[in-house]
Amino acid sequence: MERRRERLDRGIKVRTEGLYALTSWREMFYLLVPRIVLIFGLLLSPFFLEWMDWMYWQRVLCQAGIYALLALSFDFLAEYVGLVCLGGAFFIGSGAYISGLLNAKLGWSPFLTIPIATVAGAGISTLVFLPCLRLRGIYFAIISFMFPLLTVYIIVALNIFGGTEGITALATFPNIWVDQYLILGAVIIALFAVRRLVTEDIGLILRSIKDNDQAVKASGISITSYKTKAVFIAALLGCFGGAYLSHLYGWVGISQFALDYCILPIAATVMGGMGTLVGPVIGAFILTPLSEALRGFGQMRVVVYCLILIGFIVYKPEGLMNVLQRKYHQFEHWEEV
Amino acid sequence: MHLALCVSLIMNILIYGTVNSIIFALVAVGFTLVYGVSRLPNFAHGALYVLVGFLTWSLVNDFKLFYPLAILISLGISSILGALIYRLVLIRLRGLPTSEIIASFAVGLIILEGLRLQGIGGFKGFIGPFYVLPSFIDAKIRIAGVLIDAQRLIVILGGLAVVASIWLFTHYTKVGLSLRAIAQDEQAAMMLGIDSDRAAVISLSIGSALAGLAAVIILPLGSVTAEEGYRILINALAVCIIGGLGSWAGAVLASFVLGFARIISTALFGSVWESVVLVGAIILILIFKPSGLLGKQKELEERV
Amino acid sequence: MGEDIFLRVKGITKSFGGVMAVKNMSFEIARGEILGVIGPNGSGKTTLVNLITGFVKPDSGEVFFKNKKMTGLQPHKIADLGVTRTFQVMRPYHSLPAFKNLIVPLNSPRIRRTRGGKLGDKDGVAIDILEEIGFERDAYVPYKIASSLPLGYLKRLELARCLALKPEVVICDEIFSGLSMSEISTMVPLIEKLQMEGMTIMMIEHRLRELFRLVNRVMVMNFGEKLAEGPPEEVMKNKEVREAYLGTEAVPC
Repeated sequence: MERRRERLDRGIKVRTEGLYALTSWREMFYLLVPRIVLIFGLLLSPFFLEWMDWMYWQRVLCQAGIYALLALSFDFLAEYVGLVCLGGAFFIGSGAYISGLLNAKLGWSPFLTIPIATVAGAGISTLVFLPCLRLRGIYFAIISFMFPLLTVYIIVALNIFGGTEGITALATFPNIWVDQYLILGAVIIALFAVRRLVTEDIGLILRSIKDNDQAVKASGISITSYKTKAVFIAALLGCFGGAYLSHLYGWVGISQFALDYCILPIAATVMGGMGTLVGPVIGAFILTPLSEALRGFGQMRVVVYCLILIGFIVYKPEGLMNVLQRKYHQFEHWEEV
Repeated sequence: MHLALCVSLIMNILIYGTVNSIIFALVAVGFTLVYGVSRLPNFAHGALYVLVGFLTWSLVNDFKLFYPLAILISLGISSILGALIYRLVLIRLRGLPTSEIIASFAVGLIILEGLRLQGIGGFKGFIGPFYVLPSFIDAKIRIAGVLIDAQRLIVILGGLAVVASIWLFTHYTKVGLSLRAIAQDEQAAMMLGIDSDRAAVISLSIGSALAGLAAVIILPLGSVTAEEGYRILINALAVCIIGGLGSWAGAVLASFVLGFARIISTALFGSVWESVVLVGAIILILIFKPSGLLGKQKELEERV
Repeated sequence: MGEDIFLRVKGITKSFGGVMAVKNMSFEIARGEILGVIGPNGSGKTTLVNLITGFVKPDSGEVFFKNKKMTGLQPHKIADLGVTRTFQVMRPYHSLPAFKNLIVPLNSPRIRRTRGGKLGDKDGVAIDILEEIGFERDAYVPYKIASSLPLGYLKRLELARCLALKPEVVICDEIFSGLSMSEISTMVPLIEKLQMEGMTIMMIEHRLRELFRLVNRVMVMNFGEKLAEGPPEEVMKNKEVREAYLGTEAVPC
């Protein structure tokens, strides 16, 4: 007698499709509770950390937010457009350097430099990635990995933008509360914005490009132009993170193009669940504190998150969020076959 | 007077260019083999290279083993490691190229960063350019008026020997032929009874051993550092992409192109620009001719 | 006379690594005509379609649409001009409702232009298109998930994808293949209706019986070359054509 796991949607999930969700409080709660938990969890965490007197971890929270933005952008590009971008560090670096330069050379305040760096950085990143968009997945992945490296080499070789030492003495935020809420707000807005985007027509087109680009081409739509828009959006997220970063610590340097910024978002995405958008964000908020906790072990932390990455890729490639969603929406039991 | 200087400069460039090219080729041959046979981009290649270097050093210095014996043991360890990487990790990811890249890169990172650890369980760790493998022969020779050390000559000879033996292996031995069969047409080979998983394990062990072999031949020229691992990976990638993934002749051609490009750019611009030239070359090729110089892969056109 | 020649192919040649897929083919299609293209498997029919619609670049030769050169354009530009094609192997977006599959073409620049800006209710337009093509609205067929639809509906969905672009030419690549007799009998009137509305159609087919009822002219391909061209009865009497087909399919006399 074999046993098989059977999964059925919970009755309530079936009733929450479309307009029917508004017909009863119970159903509305069912839909809203996870989102509310997420939003309030994030927004209240600075207070929680303050109350626990964990000042150090507040900084970590900010860092986690940056990684969350990157993870979100990676997930968006990978699952919804089909572009695996291993060069998230380029977004961070370009956002950071632009806002750093604007602040250091022109003395503009963070209120100006951050928005400008976000948009300008995204523009530059898009231009840089433009010629590579036609390439097949694996080549795009490799070349996107090369871009941050190349930029580091150029900066070092030409000794521009502060060379290996970077630019220091930049303006920072007034206090730790601004630090945290700025990034948390950005993460929440980005999350819901991207979520909304993928259900709009443009999101549909991007997903179709990923699934079946021949049919999209035959329907008269230019794939390159949509991929460009997608890269621009993803770059906006990363560049904001970079611009924010420069004013968080008050300096920019080539380490901001570093490996950490490439690997951790990917690990967070794989762990959190590719395609869920929320998963990568949560993954980032779990992995970053974890990696900080391991800071005492030096390079060990890279080893640890690589192990986690491999563990998830090999054993549970769907990631945490998908498992959690399944458990929430469905109940399973074993059936005799 | 000027002529002599020019000639000597040219000879210099020729000889050192050749050495560089062979170095590129040696580094890339393991990676190409694995990718050609099983379509697996082994991003742990650089890490395996450094690992063998370090293991050899450690065996010679800490365990006081005979140098050639240490080499053999490290090569053995690295091929076993390669096989394990396949069996434990990559086997579940066949067919998903980006997951393969990410996973093998993660393994490589674990190895490289793990080697940097210090103080964990008495492990001495491995940082900095203090680890030097002795050259096989310590001598300098003059060829056509250019001073060159024996180790570099060994590099050339060794490199040629390695490439030649791989060629012989894949063309004349049963195992080698089956690897080539899989490389050319996986499904047809499987129908003939060649097990693609076994072939992948074999190719990965050989590929890792080759990475190690390259390390053993080349590292005496410099020192063993962990950063080298990343550089090696990029070099191997450069050769394969520029030459065209899957093409042996292309890889050889690319090694020479890159080897000479590097020496010329160092002569003209200084060594700081080396990496820029390398990565720039990869990017240019990917943009203008993604299948590489001699690649046999289908271009961007897709069959409907 | 010149304006009536809609699609003109001249000397198109393409080889893939030594295999000559299409060899020096030339033919014309007039406005409002239905041209059938037949030939044994591997004769290069699909490659011909790919060459015309820009998915493959020809080694030599030209394609003209309304007397303007179309050779070498990108596939989406060709579709933008009004020359559409169906795919033999379709992969509609499985987890989406049928009508959502049409959102992609409805967002194309071509539709944006003809509708003069924003298309108000794209979903509604999509459902209308599907209804015209036979998806019964009252049975909520357009709302069904694409992967749950039977093949006949999927083939029609693929056709709808082309029609959503308001094309001037539709190239059907084996649109009857895999369908049952009853499914075909619902498709045929659709094609007839399209022709009556003035659409120019090129049909690649294996189902000769149904095809001959629809087309005015037939072109036979073999080994990448044009073997014969003309009205169906004439072409089928051609000795070379019969030889090419021997053993592949029963040819109705």
